[in-house]
Amino acid sequence: MPRIPHPAHRDFMRLRIQPWLFCAPLLVGVALVFLWPLVSLFRYSFQRVGSGYIASEFVGFDNFRFIYKDPLFWKAIANNGTLLLCVPILIALSTILATLLFDRVRGWRAYRTFVFLPYIVSIPVVGIVFGYLFQKNGLVNSALGSIGITGPDWLGSSSWAIWTIMAVIVWKELGFGVMVFLARLISVPEDLFEAARIDGAGWWSRLRHVVLPQLAPAILFYAIVETITMLSWVFAYIYVMTAGGPGNSTVVSEYYIYQQTFQNTVIGIGAAAAVTLLAFVSVLILARIWLTRRVEALGV
Amino acid sequence: MASRAGAISDGALRVAGPPRYWPGRLLKHLVLLAVVAAALVPLYFMVVNALKTDQEYLSNPYGIPRDATLGAFGDALRGGELGRWLLNSFVISAASVILSTAIAALAAYPLALMRWRPGTWLLSILIALMVLPPIVLVVPLFQLTADVEQLNTYRSVIAIYTGLLLPFSTFLLVSFFRTVPRELLESARIDGAGHLRRLWSIVLPVSLPALATVATVQALWVWNEVLIAVVFLQSEDLRTLMVGVTIFRSRYHLDIPLVMAGMVWATIPMVALYLLLQRFFIRGLTAGAVKG
Repeated sequence: MPRIPHPAHRDFMRLRIQPWLFCAPLLVGVALVFLWPLVSLFRYSFQRVGSGYIASEFVGFDNFRFIYKDPLFWKAIANNGTLLLCVPILIALSTILATLLFDRVRGWRAYRTFVFLPYIVSIPVVGIVFGYLFQKNGLVNSALGSIGITGPDWLGSSSWAIWTIMAVIVWKELGFGVMVFLARLISVPEDLFEAARIDGAGWWSRLRHVVLPQLAPAILFYAIVETITMLSWVFAYIYVMTAGGPGNSTVVSEYYIYQQTFQNTVIGIGAAAAVTLLAFVSVLILARIWLTRRVEALGV
Repeated sequence: MASRAGAISDGALRVAGPPRYWPGRLLKHLVLLAVVAAALVPLYFMVVNALKTDQEYLSNPYGIPRDATLGAFGDALRGGELGRWLLNSFVISAASVILSTAIAALAAYPLALMRWRPGTWLLSILIALMVLPPIVLVVPLFQLTADVEQLNTYRSVIAIYTGLLLPFSTFLLVSFFRTVPRELLESARIDGAGHLRRLWSIVLPVSLPALATVATVQALWVWNEVLIAVVFLQSEDLRTLMVGVTIFRSRYHLDIPLVMAGMVWATIPMVALYLLLQRFFIRGLTAGAVKG
């Protein structure tokens, strides 16, 4: 015989209190690693942060005034802006490659494995190996030399270094895009593509009228994720390949914050720059939440 | 060029089905092969040169080694530091992955399977935190860690990695837990199993692939992380492998086979994991786009 329904107070325990208990460790972790640091960050950005026996001191907007007058800060922002050019390149290449793989060419699984491989290899290893390949007399320039082109000093010249880093970022991030787009295409009902194929639509018209509309949510997701990456997840590339040089030509906002905080130990200045970066990125973070909710609502 | 070739064959081979498309197929293969080649060039350079002696590298920097030697691999480990860094990375990655998966699984249960209003809000917050720039957190975290005198400790870094992984892991597990068949949970409920019991003996066992997915993605992230490792582990013997390889490079940068052997050591664990558990990697890394 089924038992009589639970008494009211047990229902209350189960429905109101238990979820909080289950989430308690998560909430503690999030509070410790995200919320408390964020609150402190805002506090530091208005302080000259002391250490040891030197007390911290409230300085109003001085830190912000300093960074907005610092040409290096703007140079860093501009470099992040340049890196944003990777995003359309990545989207275009990923679309083409995902479409090719989706056509189930023979051996597509093997191709997929290798295309995705760069995304697995760590940035320091990638950066170091590319550092050798892009040396003035490295593999890249030898290859160019054999067809009669004198290559530049890729990472050693202040006008080329940021572009070289862009190439490495595209090399590494491309596999991720291909994988995301391919996963999306596989999740679309097969008959849609079949219909287009039977209608005799060519590669281009299938891409334009069937594939791209189906890919749209994945493209939007990838665009947002990569934009956030270019603005705020490229520290390791810079740290390993150029350390911001030559002549500060590859300093990005993360590296600027790192230098101010950990090399010049002016934590207040670093915090102010971090708050500024956060302001830029938060728009994108909101876009990301909106997108996730929309995709969920569609039930894709 | 390509389209013209396509048109010609179109007319000539109308009867035979598949061969009609062969120039198109060839072109597809050429494009894919070019991309694969580009993807493999650095890895090729790394592996072939790790197999050479220093002398051979000087005369033959790009070709296949004439007589391959594993000497550089041994030399790379001989200093002892690379092994130490490998161990550090292993301990830190394993501890953070286990902790964050456990915490995330516990939290994902009510978020995915209970009707709980604050859960929707919590999930939105987690999505926002997932993409928060790490540098923004590192500045205050460093100060806070220094205040409690925990710089240069395993536990501070493990705590930070665990915390940073939580939003992603929880979010992913929520979307996987939602696919657990409701009938299973319902029958457990009728049998009188509480929520904790249902999580432990129903949700977790059927979600093993999901847990593997989350764990592999987390492991990849922690193993390859640089910024936090640079800032929080400054003493030489606590370095993780990823920071270690940059030290290794600057110390031996003239002996390229040695440096490349170090790079291969640093790459093997994750590439091996990837080749073994490919579907988990792919599922985990693309989950955000395809499923919410």
